[in-house]
Formats: sequence, structure tokens, C-alpha cells
Amino acid sequence: MTPTVPPGRLRPVRNRRPAWEEPPTAAGQTAKGAVLTGVVLAVLIPLWVVLVTSVSSRETINAAGGLVVVPREIDLSAYRIIFSGGQITQALLITSLVTLAGTAVSLTVTVLAAYGLSRPGSLGHRGLLFYFLLTFLLYPGLVPSYLVVTGLGLKDSLWSLILPSALSVFNLVVVRAFFQNIPGELMDSARVDGAGEFRILWRIVLPLSKAVIAVVGLFYAVGYWNVWFTALLYIDDNEKFPIQRVLQSFILAGLSPQQSGTAMGTALPPTLAIKMAVVVVTVAPIAMVYPFLQRHFTRGVLIGAVKG
Amino acid sequence: MTSGPALDAPPAEPKPATPAPVPRRRRAPIRARLRRDWPMLVMVLPGVLLLFVFHYLPMLGNVVAFQDYNPYLGDSPLRALLESPWVGLGNFQVLFADPAFWDAVWNTLSITAFQLVFFFPLPIALALVLNSVLSRRLRGFVQTVVYLPHFFSWVLVVTFFVQMLGGAGLLSQELRQAGITPPEIMTNPDTFLVLVTAEAVWKDLGWGTIVFLAALSTIDTHLYEASAVDGAGRWRRTWHITLPGLRPVIVLLLILRLGDALSVGFEQFLLQRDAVGRQAAEVLDTFVYHQSIATGDYGFGAAAGLFKAVVGLVLILVANRLAHAFGENGVYSRS
Repeated sequence: MTPTVPPGRLRPVRNRRPAWEEPPTAAGQTAKGAVLTGVVLAVLIPLWVVLVTSVSSRETINAAGGLVVVPREIDLSAYRIIFSGGQITQALLITSLVTLAGTAVSLTVTVLAAYGLSRPGSLGHRGLLFYFLLTFLLYPGLVPSYLVVTGLGLKDSLWSLILPSALSVFNLVVVRAFFQNIPGELMDSARVDGAGEFRILWRIVLPLSKAVIAVVGLFYAVGYWNVWFTALLYIDDNEKFPIQRVLQSFILAGLSPQQSGTAMGTALPPTLAIKMAVVVVTVAPIAMVYPFLQRHFTRGVLIGAVKG
Repeated sequence: MTSGPALDAPPAEPKPATPAPVPRRRRAPIRARLRRDWPMLVMVLPGVLLLFVFHYLPMLGNVVAFQDYNPYLGDSPLRALLESPWVGLGNFQVLFADPAFWDAVWNTLSITAFQLVFFFPLPIALALVLNSVLSRRLRGFVQTVVYLPHFFSWVLVVTFFVQMLGGAGLLSQELRQAGITPPEIMTNPDTFLVLVTAEAVWKDLGWGTIVFLAALSTIDTHLYEASAVDGAGRWRRTWHITLPGLRPVIVLLLILRLGDALSVGFEQFLLQRDAVGRQAAEVLDTFVYHQSIATGDYGFGAAAGLFKAVVGLVLILVANRLAHAFGENGVYSRS
């Protein structure tokens, strides 16, 4: 991953030590270097080992006695197997579908509600805002939510992975804060020219908000990609398992004997390379959108945290 | 964090008591406003409906906590709700007499406390170190790497830990080849507290630094310069300028954590509970899950969930009051 500019340029650029600051001590520099190296390696080593093992041949894995640290060759047979149809391919398709549809639904609802709540003084504004924000204080328990979702007949429907968590009020607040920072004169002049609110949202507000929409959309997308527990609750059909659910039954089955066997049905125990390849394809989309996310998320988080 | 003063601020443009002369002045103001604002209401509608169905409706559904709820009565959950017998506080009596419940409460609280001591200060420390790094490229690189695991699911995080530290993981593999019996890490109930904290640190250490880095960037550098000229060394500057500068953020985060004391990473514990055993790994959220959906005893599970929600609400309100007492803005403003 290439180093990027610190997100949001939070601090003034300060590449040189100010004159008044004492020169660094050797011990201090060493300690700092050790800390930074430590945290970076703690993240990178697992990623590296998993990636290398996933492209290793059976012989290399056997020679290493399991996980491979030093790559010998690039053998993509594990990837060929998981993409050749079968449960993992299916799970990847399902998860992609849920991610795309879910993000579209979430963004639509969030943007509409954020704009609808962006003008203090509009009809019902205070009450509606209260209705949305109250969800931060009061939340339904697991059991009643489960009863409602199953009662609606969403059991084993992919909508059960999308609808219950489609709207994040936190994201709504972030987008709304952004909309409120757009100069009101822009909207007013459009209104004078006869544009309705939908037109203003589509033609003026959205083009000015591409960055925040992109970030919120990516956050939603990562959330849908990571969906696991809701699938455990509502999806019993193997054919509809999202990838995290499959990953769980692959990798953690060894960890917890009680859960093994049930989820995978008749599939043969996968070889280590295949397991690691599943991990890699689960990480890959996140790693791919991550650079775009990182450029903006600090700002987004701060809008939410500081401006309320 | 969620609703600051900005949200509850009075309308930016106060509406005059008598609206500007509009042609049809005899209309009730509410109808005029409806005419003007109906598109806004239409836009809010999908969100209102979603929250109603998946948030407020289940909240009403908490009444099953007072029932011996039987999902097989009637042909729909609603019918089952109407036909299930009421048991008053019976579920709560059973709940409070259940030692497994108190084990779960104890586990939850001890994990919260442990992480408060051993996790909470780490992002502050890392933020201080990062902030002192002069090279922008190095700092950017480290940030890029350490923020990444925040976006991984718990399934992935636990998977990485299993592959590194588990019985068939990298560490065991290397130790075995060196002729050492590998320690049991992933399945040892005695060290589970440390393990889950390590996982949480791995996932969110970097993410936690963001808010502190932002706070650090707002500290006036002239303060450092002035105190350095006055002879304050590195540590005294940290103690007297940096940490007081971070105080509002630290207080706010501590208070938010207090409001959330009964929630520890649910998926994290659910994933590992069976491997480690209920005794160490059952927390309130997993208790609710295993007592209700896994076993079908919905009324009892709902009672446990309702208990958690009520205590959580009280904690949030207390935390917010504390925030005001500390002179901070709190989670929501008091208007």
C-alpha cells in the first residue's frame, strides 16, 4: 500500500524540527522506532503469511509444515478451485449482490432523509429529528428484532441482511451536517427559479457532496461485505450464505468442534491453501476500496464526532 | 458524539411570527407549511418507515419479556404474541436467580474494566508517538497500515488470530519445529481476557488514534515553544500541555465507554465462546442469544435483553450527566 497524504491534512505540515525543540535522544528514537515497527509488523505479518500460503503449492506447504512465510512460487490453483463454482463462488456472488443492493438502498434512504432533515424550521423538523436521534438512546433487543424480521417472512431472504440495518442514523447525521454546510443561497436561488426540492437535491446538493456520499457509501459497503451475524440469525439455506459465514465455517470449525460439520455439509475438508485463498478474497475488496476510504474517513469521522 | 448542540440549535433563520405576505393568507399556517415542505416530508418517509419497522416496532415487541412466549401459538408472531400467556415478572425472577446470568454480567463488566485499563490508553500513546514523527511519509505509511484492520469483520480478525496463534497456527508450528510444546492460546479460558483484548487492540488501535491525533493538531504550538523557552523539557511539556489538551476528548470517550459498559464486541465473543467455554466467554449479549434464539425460550431471552437495554440507558444518562458535571458538552445537549 502506498503511503498517502495524512488524511484530511489535520495538522499543519511540519517536516522540520522547530528550533526550540531539543535534539532527539538515541534512546527515545529507538523506542519510537520499535513501537512503530511493532504495530506495523503486527498488522502486516498475518496478511503476508496468509497471502503467501494461499499461492503456495501443496509441496511447499508440506515442507513448511503448514503456513508458509517465505514464498517459493506462485501457484494459483487454490484460486482456480474457489472460483470454479461451488459454495465459495456462490457465497462471493451473494455477498457482492447484498453489498451492491444494500449500499444502493442505504445511500438512497440516507441521502433523502438527510436532505429532508436539513432545514430547521420545516414542517415537523424538530419532531422528526427527535424520532431519528432517539434511536441512539433506545434500541430494541435481539429477540424482538428477530421476531419482527422472521414475522415479516424475511427468514432465508437476502433482504433480511439489508433492511434491518439499512439506515445508519450516524451516517445520516454526517451527511446532514455536510448538507447544512452548503450555502443556503444556492438552494434559494434555485427555488426562486422554480426548482422543486427533489430537483435541488439532485442537481445542486448531490453534485456538491460527492466526497461525503462516496465515503458514507463505502462505509455502508464495507458493512454489508462484513455481514455475518445477521446471516447466522436469518439465513439457514447454505446456498444463500454470505462469504463471512462460509469463512467462519471453514476456518473456525477447527476452533470450535460444536459448530463443525453442520455448515459445510458434504464438502471435503479444504486444504490450507484454499482456506487462505478464501481469507484473501474476503480481505481483497476491503483492501481495494481502503485507499479511497482513507483519504476521506478522518474528515467524515470528525464531522460526526465534533459537529454532532 | 451523536447529537451535539448544532442539531438542537434554533433554526438559523427565525421565522417571523406573521409570515411574509403571501397571496392566500387565510390558510392555516400549517397548510401553507405543508404546501411548502411536503417534498421534505416525502424524502424523510423511507427512513421513518425503516426505523419504525425495524427499530420502534421491535421495541414494542419487548413485551414478550413479560410473557411465556410460544412462537408456535397461532400462525404468525403477532398471533403468538396475543395468545401467549402473561407471566408478569416471572422471566425476570428466573433470570435474576440464574447463576449463569450473573456469570455473564460479571464477565462483561470485567472485560470492560480490563479493556479500560489495558486498551484505552494505548491509542493515546500511539497518537503521541505518531505525532512526534517528523517525516510525513513515514507517518502516513504507519497510519495507512494500522487503520486497515478496523475495516475487517470479526470473523476475519479471529481467523487471523487462529492462523497466527492457534493450535495449527504459525506460532505453534514454529515452536514445534524448535522442539517446544506450544502454549494453548486460542482456547485457554484463563487467558481469554488477554486474548480478546489483544484482538480488540489489533483491530482498533489505529482507528482509536484518529480522534487523538485530531485533538493534538488543535493544540497551539506556541504553548510548546513558550514552555521550552522557559526551560520545560520534553516530558514536562507532554504532562503540562499535551495531556491537558487531550483532556476533553479523553473525558468524552471515557463517558461514552461507560454508557456502553454492558456491550463488549458481540460477534467477537460469539465466535469464540464455544472454543473457550461459557465460563469465561459468555457475555451479556451472547447470553441473550444463547438463551433465546438458540434454545427457543424467547420470553426469557427478551427479559435478559430488556434488562441490558434498561441498564444501558441508565448508564448513558448517568454518563451524560457526568459529562455536564465535567463541563463537557456531553453526548447530547440539554435543551
